[in-house]
Amino acid sequence: MKKTLTAALTGLATILGAQSALADKLNVGLLLPFSGVYASLGTEIEAGFRLGLEHFGNDLGVDLNIIREDTEVNPANGLARARKLVMQDRADVLVGIVSSGVLGAIRDFVHGAQVPLIVANAGNDEATGERCSPYITRLSFSSGQVNRPMGRWMAEQGITRVYTLGADYAAGRQMIGGFTETFTAAGGEIVGQGWTPFQQTQDFGPYLAQARASGAEAIYVFYAGGEAIAFVNQYDSFGMVETMPLYGSGFLTSQLYVNAQGESANGVITALHYVPTADNAENLAFVDAFQATVGRLPSEYGVHGYDAARALTDAIRAGATDRASLANALRMTSFDGPRGATSIDPATNNIIQPIFVYETVTGENGAMTQKVLATLPAEADPANGCVMPEIATN
Amino acid sequence: MTHDLGFWTLQTLNALQLSMLLFLLSIGLTVIFGLMHFVNLAHGALYALGAYFAATIASTAGFWVALLVAPLGVAVVGMALYGGLISRMRKSGPMAQVLVTFGLIFVLLDLTRIFWGDLALAINTPAALSGRVDIFGTGYPAYRLFIIALGLAIFAALALILSRTQIGAMIRAGVDNDAMAACMGINVERLFFIVFCVGCALAGLAGAVAAPLLSVTPGMGLEILIPTLIVIVIGGLGSLKGAIAGSLIYGFVQTFGAVLLPGVASILIYALLAAVLLLKPVGLFPAKG
Repeated sequence: MKKTLTAALTGLATILGAQSALADKLNVGLLLPFSGVYASLGTEIEAGFRLGLEHFGNDLGVDLNIIREDTEVNPANGLARARKLVMQDRADVLVGIVSSGVLGAIRDFVHGAQVPLIVANAGNDEATGERCSPYITRLSFSSGQVNRPMGRWMAEQGITRVYTLGADYAAGRQMIGGFTETFTAAGGEIVGQGWTPFQQTQDFGPYLAQARASGAEAIYVFYAGGEAIAFVNQYDSFGMVETMPLYGSGFLTSQLYVNAQGESANGVITALHYVPTADNAENLAFVDAFQATVGRLPSEYGVHGYDAARALTDAIRAGATDRASLANALRMTSFDGPRGATSIDPATNNIIQPIFVYETVTGENGAMTQKVLATLPAEADPANGCVMPEIATN
Repeated sequence: MTHDLGFWTLQTLNALQLSMLLFLLSIGLTVIFGLMHFVNLAHGALYALGAYFAATIASTAGFWVALLVAPLGVAVVGMALYGGLISRMRKSGPMAQVLVTFGLIFVLLDLTRIFWGDLALAINTPAALSGRVDIFGTGYPAYRLFIIALGLAIFAALALILSRTQIGAMIRAGVDNDAMAACMGINVERLFFIVFCVGCALAGLAGAVAAPLLSVTPGMGLEILIPTLIVIVIGGLGSLKGAIAGSLIYGFVQTFGAVLLPGVASILIYALLAAVLLLKPVGLFPAKG
């Protein structure tokens, strides 16, 4: 009896000892907008992230303690939340950031505090350009990256005269700029450009009438969210589809809100780094799992979260245990995910990924779906003035 | 770029359409202010609520039912607000009223998010109005013409009621001098209540009308609030004439500014607002009193 008791106690002690050796805990700060105009994006990124942890985060040997903070769409608030996560909650890694403005605001703090940040949306070119940091790894996209391949592709389709229209803010300028750069280099002509005041434009009628009067063969636009829905509906109501087909950056007809556009979006051709109909095994598994947990198809935002979770768990498996080693390991990220072959460019810490050109079409059950017309090869962004310092590890 | 007659007609119609949408919103806000001296900043939130009601009703009962029922629903919400909050706030100063109704914006915004979620909704344009009308060789969406017609009809109806009916005379008396109107035996409190509900219903109507054109998002009420306030400041508080004039000025400046001076389009209307405030601080057509 005494023996068995001792054995049992020894066994228990061994288990407890093993537990405490493994009781390493990593604090993960999730910095997303849960209120404000980007709330739907934040919610979807979190759903993707949690799904990714479920898929890839088993037997990590480390507990991940997730702390959520709401950045809204407010750079000052985002910075305050980031400080709180790093200083008070002792976050080992930050994940999230939807708005480029918030990313710009927290960049210096994150860089100075030497806390790794996985960017799960914000696409401003500078973040992996002249303001790049070894601590900031972007698993989403950059504005130029999504639009540059489309300029060449449209020129290859024999389109020569294009009118561009975009929301007048940093992201809009970079998205349209990326397209314009490659389209004109490929011999195309931009016959006119319109810029609509960001988040102040409800009626696109005046701009559409101008585009129509320009005599262009096609119109290329960047809008996202509510503006994208209103724009596509109004474009359709003016009947411009017959004379001036609509192209754009794929956020225009994101799966997240394409069904609010409905039939109006039928035939719109756009380019994006992810479509839910991407034909690969990883994506099929992801789409099924996302639908089972969230109840609708994932969009690119869900994938950002999912892949961010994968990059984080890969880094931990590779032996990363603290801020410096995590930052170093995150830069080595490379996997075949729902988007295809995905890796991080060590020169800029931006993601390298294929770009899908897709047409939005009406599916069998009346819901809108994406028909992939071309998968353009992945290419690394130009360094854009990024000089990447090394991270000192001990 | 050649701009022919068709182009300018199109832009004029665009301007009119925007004006009429703003008119539906601003008339309620301005008359409530003129009569009750009450600044209801939550007016934009009621507009958003109208759009959400319409989106929900349209998905089951169709657009036309939604267009009728959504304003009534918003009027009911307006009654609840009046009874629960606004009648108590009548005697507090404008600063407290502004703060309370400003807070109300965020309460209503979050309520719409809780009930309808973050994802944007949309209503299909009704089949009868989904086509285009040929104007000088270019098609103009029939639904936009419908908005213009509806705005003009509401304007005509309100003008008629205010100038020709007994209740119109009572409202005008109330705007001019509410204490004297009460002495003359007019039940000013009941008048306030009716006007407040009608104003809310018009905000709901504007939301329902805007829903197929724009997207239905929780933030739509905040987006429209500033244009609406600009309209009533330019037009002058409290008057029908001011609301329609302010709306037309806003619509035309915004539309033609975007066409002719795209670089400064977004600040043009604010420059005009500043000019009006400097030269005629009461607005162009203020109600007397």
